[in-house]
Amino acid sequence: MSERKIRVLVAKPGLDGHDRGAKVVARSLRDAGFEVIYTGIRQTPQMIAEAALQEDVDVVGLSILSGAHMTLCPKVVELLRAQGQDNVLVLVGGIIPDEDVEKLKTSGVKGVFGPGTSTQDISDFINGNVKVAA
Amino acid sequence: MVAPETGVRASADSLAAGVLDGNRLLLARTISRVENQEADAHQILGSLYPHTGRAHIIGVTGAPGTGKSTLVTTLAQSYRQAGLTVAVVAIDPTSPFTGGALLGDRVRMRALAGDPGVFVRSMATRGSLGGLSKTTGDVVSVLDAAGFERIIVETVGVGQAEVEIASTAHTTLVVEAPGLGDEVQAIKAGILEIADVLVINKADRPGVDKTLRALEMMLEIEGGGPRLIRHHGQLIRVETPLEMAEEENRWRVIVMKTVATEGSGVFELRERIEAHRTWLLESGEMAIREQLRIANTLENIIRAELNRRILATLPSHGLTGHVVERIRHREDNPYSAADELLGKI
Repeated sequence: MSERKIRVLVAKPGLDGHDRGAKVVARSLRDAGFEVIYTGIRQTPQMIAEAALQEDVDVVGLSILSGAHMTLCPKVVELLRAQGQDNVLVLVGGIIPDEDVEKLKTSGVKGVFGPGTSTQDISDFINGNVKVAA
Repeated sequence: MVAPETGVRASADSLAAGVLDGNRLLLARTISRVENQEADAHQILGSLYPHTGRAHIIGVTGAPGTGKSTLVTTLAQSYRQAGLTVAVVAIDPTSPFTGGALLGDRVRMRALAGDPGVFVRSMATRGSLGGLSKTTGDVVSVLDAAGFERIIVETVGVGQAEVEIASTAHTTLVVEAPGLGDEVQAIKAGILEIADVLVINKADRPGVDKTLRALEMMLEIEGGGPRLIRHHGQLIRVETPLEMAEEENRWRVIVMKTVATEGSGVFELRERIEAHRTWLLESGEMAIREQLRIANTLENIIRAELNRRILATLPSHGLTGHVVERIRHREDNPYSAADELLGKI
């Protein structure tokens, strides 16, 4: 009997240590029925990509408040693609200026969630965008 | 998952070949396929099976907050210094209400990042109650076939009765911390009985001597004679054969102190695990445990398959519909209703 679960990696790249948002999101995704792998703060893009590979996740959620998103997020996407994880959905949450949102999406980030996003919106987005292969 | 290069699902054969070839992406995907119990999981496991049996499997169990994840991390680092490759399987609980899980063991394992000789995988229990998940043993087999020399399995934070790890691991560490219980806790049945090595972690905390005395007293009472084995899905005690009861041939469970955050005591712990491995091999105990493990695996596969076949033949409404209602109104009872349903097979 097959028992497929959507697996989500939640990570905080970069140097800011404010992980409350990431924890709230991780918890809400758990309550939405996903298997959430929480990796904690101060992760390098390399560490995130490596964890995403070992855990064979469907989604990588990045939480950034430091302003370094334009450096860190495209790097994570690039590393994931380079190791063959073309289908992993990359999402970003945090404080992202409007003018950067489009740029992030061009770089391969699928969804950007700013302050005030309801956690329901994030899990709906994941359920709508992850294709669970039969 | 969908294979990136072609957009089609990787075949069982290409996954198994990838695992044996050291391809980490295919290894990760194989683990998913096994964990999800997909249709070709048995085919993959079957073709990997001849390549298993080389790794030494170390179980790490204990109450929540005793520092298991940190201990696993420093132990893995210690093995890397000794030149051995290490895989870690870390298990956390699935919510019984939502089916979701928060797997947080990696937070403590960042020191293992970036090392190609290490592979860490988090697993959710997905409804199992014994401290592991149903497919943990199969995932360990995949990692074994992939060539990892030491595989460390960290159970969920356990209470007193989650002893399944003892039938998966070759060497079981039970981790305690100072101040968690008194002498009576230590002589209760269950978790402490499965230890090949007892570890008091956080040994720089107050109360460590009291914990040490309590555990050592427990070991004296135990005498270390009988062994726990798994038989027909149950752990039972067996007397050690006479020749092995000889003092020098018997494995002695000892209590070791560690401070995992500083790495102190971890080298000695690694040496003790390796001594246990040597003892298992030289005493013949390894072969005995292997036989029991295989018998247990066979029985589980047969049981699961019988379960599936029997449930598939029951009328789908049988377990939910009017039978349930009749029982609820006390017009029937669950015992005779079960007999009646089984009679239809």
